Amino acid sequence: MVNQIETAARTPVRRRGFRKYRRFGGSVFSVLTTLFLLVLLTFVIGRLMPVDPVIAVVGPDADRATYLKVKQELGLDLPIFQQFWIFFKNLLHGDFGSTLLTGRPVMEDIVRVLPATIELATVTIILGAGIGIPLGVYAAVNRGRFADHAVRLIALLGHSTPIFWIGMVGLMLFYAKLGWVGGSGRIDLFYEDIVPNVTGFLLIDSLLAWDMDVFWSAVSHIILPASVLAYASIAYISRITRSFMLEQLSQEYVTTARAKGVPRNGVIWRHAFKNIRVQLVTVVALSYGGMLEGAVLIETVFGWPGFGQYLTNALVIGDMNVVVACTLIIGCVFIALNVISDLLYRFFDPRIQ
Amino acid sequence: MNTQSKGLTAWLTTEEPASATHAAFQNVWRVWIRFASNPLGLAGLIIILLLVFIAVFVPWLAPYSPFDQNLREALVAPNSQHLFGTDELGRDILSRVLWGSRITLSIVMIVSVIVAPIGLLVGCIAGYYGGWLDTILMRITELFLSFPSLILALAFVAALGPSLNNAIIAIALTQWPPIARLARAESLNLRKRDHISAVRLMGASSMRIVLAHIAPLCIPSVIVRITLNMAGIILTAAGLGFLGLGAQPPSPEWGAMVSTGRRFMLDSWWVGTIPGISILFVSLAFNLVGDALRDALDPRQE
Repeated sequence: MVNQIETAARTPVRRRGFRKYRRFGGSVFSVLTTLFLLVLLTFVIGRLMPVDPVIAVVGPDADRATYLKVKQELGLDLPIFQQFWIFFKNLLHGDFGSTLLTGRPVMEDIVRVLPATIELATVTIILGAGIGIPLGVYAAVNRGRFADHAVRLIALLGHSTPIFWIGMVGLMLFYAKLGWVGGSGRIDLFYEDIVPNVTGFLLIDSLLAWDMDVFWSAVSHIILPASVLAYASIAYISRITRSFMLEQLSQEYVTTARAKGVPRNGVIWRHAFKNIRVQLVTVVALSYGGMLEGAVLIETVFGWPGFGQYLTNALVIGDMNVVVACTLIIGCVFIALNVISDLLYRFFDPRIQ
Repeated sequence: MNTQSKGLTAWLTTEEPASATHAAFQNVWRVWIRFASNPLGLAGLIIILLLVFIAVFVPWLAPYSPFDQNLREALVAPNSQHLFGTDELGRDILSRVLWGSRITLSIVMIVSVIVAPIGLLVGCIAGYYGGWLDTILMRITELFLSFPSLILALAFVAALGPSLNNAIIAIALTQWPPIARLARAESLNLRKRDHISAVRLMGASSMRIVLAHIAPLCIPSVIVRITLNMAGIILTAAGLGFLGLGAQPPSPEWGAMVSTGRRFMLDSWWVGTIPGISILFVSLAFNLVGDALRDALDPRQE
């Protein structure tokens, strides 16, 4: 994935007139085929299951008639192509089926749990980009010196740390031993359901209701999981920023600017950094999506009632409707992020008219 | 001894290699010289060699059996008897961590062995043949690449059922696409070369060209790529183990051990902390080696 982002971010896109529209049509087509393949893949994953889904519903003691009836209700007696067609048609209506556990529609559940994850991911990416980008620039400017090696080591450590483990250790240290942050969940128990649910994001809802106690409780709960997740993205963002910056700093315009007496910081931020902004947007957008991966592990550790925990619970009991739906959504998010970052590229890059 | 090693160095650095194999050895030697000048990379290599040593000789190294329970000595803090303490069933954590190195290493090795030929074949065929075959193969590759690897592995394991073997299959399924992409890029370059045209003129079949002339030339970069991915493989495997979808208890897999330790974190920190540190060390070692290897192979960078 790293490579993919690097090449995606480095390829200069220059299109003019008619060719631009043809390319546009081509990319719409390619996005659509990727989406279709994604649906196919998740369908196959859903059907791989060695456990008979009918038995999961009726139990092992049901008689043959009940078994066949349920099999028919689930549509599993149909030919596989027809099953896929039904699956596909339901998808277009936003219907992912219902969960084994509660029988509620999967889509409703996901809409309910998603805000928690988006909130966590947003705080994380603000931390990650806010720290990672300056670190990367700093490392590039001080290339080969101590600072560069230090940043490199920080990044390598971030790439190597099992995120669930560092979350666990952090929880023990900062919550249990020191009491600096909140523990499991999004908020302290006695603050739950106090502020009206407007946006689903606790930080915003509590501010809207102007209940500062709730707000600070939410802050103390989000800060640790967000920092742990952010460490991984700081590692990634700082490395990429460094390599982008190095590329710019070796260009002739930098030498020219230096030669004509532009101050050092001016060269770094107003000249070189300006040219990597667009590439960085792509990187940040894609690592925002990458949070979904970290969220699965970190939400389990922190009891965060979001998308990741929902998926993990489904994985443990083998609730395939949920697994398929979540996988599909994550895939769609990544495809969407790719498209969006491509659009941002065209929007922000002055060379593309 | 001295003259012999001198002779070897001379053989490795001579200006006129006598054969293709000789030249290949010289190439490896040059990369090694650059690699060895990176202290962090060397440190990583030493940790990995240590890991291999431990994995091979663990029956003689581990002070206790990794499975023997002793409930009277459950959750004992680290002491001279049990250097890393014991877990909730009184099993010696040091012994379990040492045995766990076998699981981690075998996951990395098996995944690499599965992934390399698949990625190589898909990539070389796509790159050499081009056209619609290329389009189809690369579309599939991109689809797999558009997922975070842990998520895809999770979905596959959920479908196949949780076990170590299924975790390995699932990780392999998520690891071949970057290799395929790389191999494709390499073969796109190679197919225009003169020696390939020469072989084609001599009447070699396309399959023969791909298997005997293109794929072997892609192998070095594929090996480097796999080395770079190994830390990711370890972390994904540990994550699966942590979620209870990889190796099953009582197997001493590090991720699963961390997951057990979660329940005792407050009173007995060592149960979950020690295996976590092992994961960190080993994946850091692979990352350091990968990083140094990349620098050594790309001398333009520094």
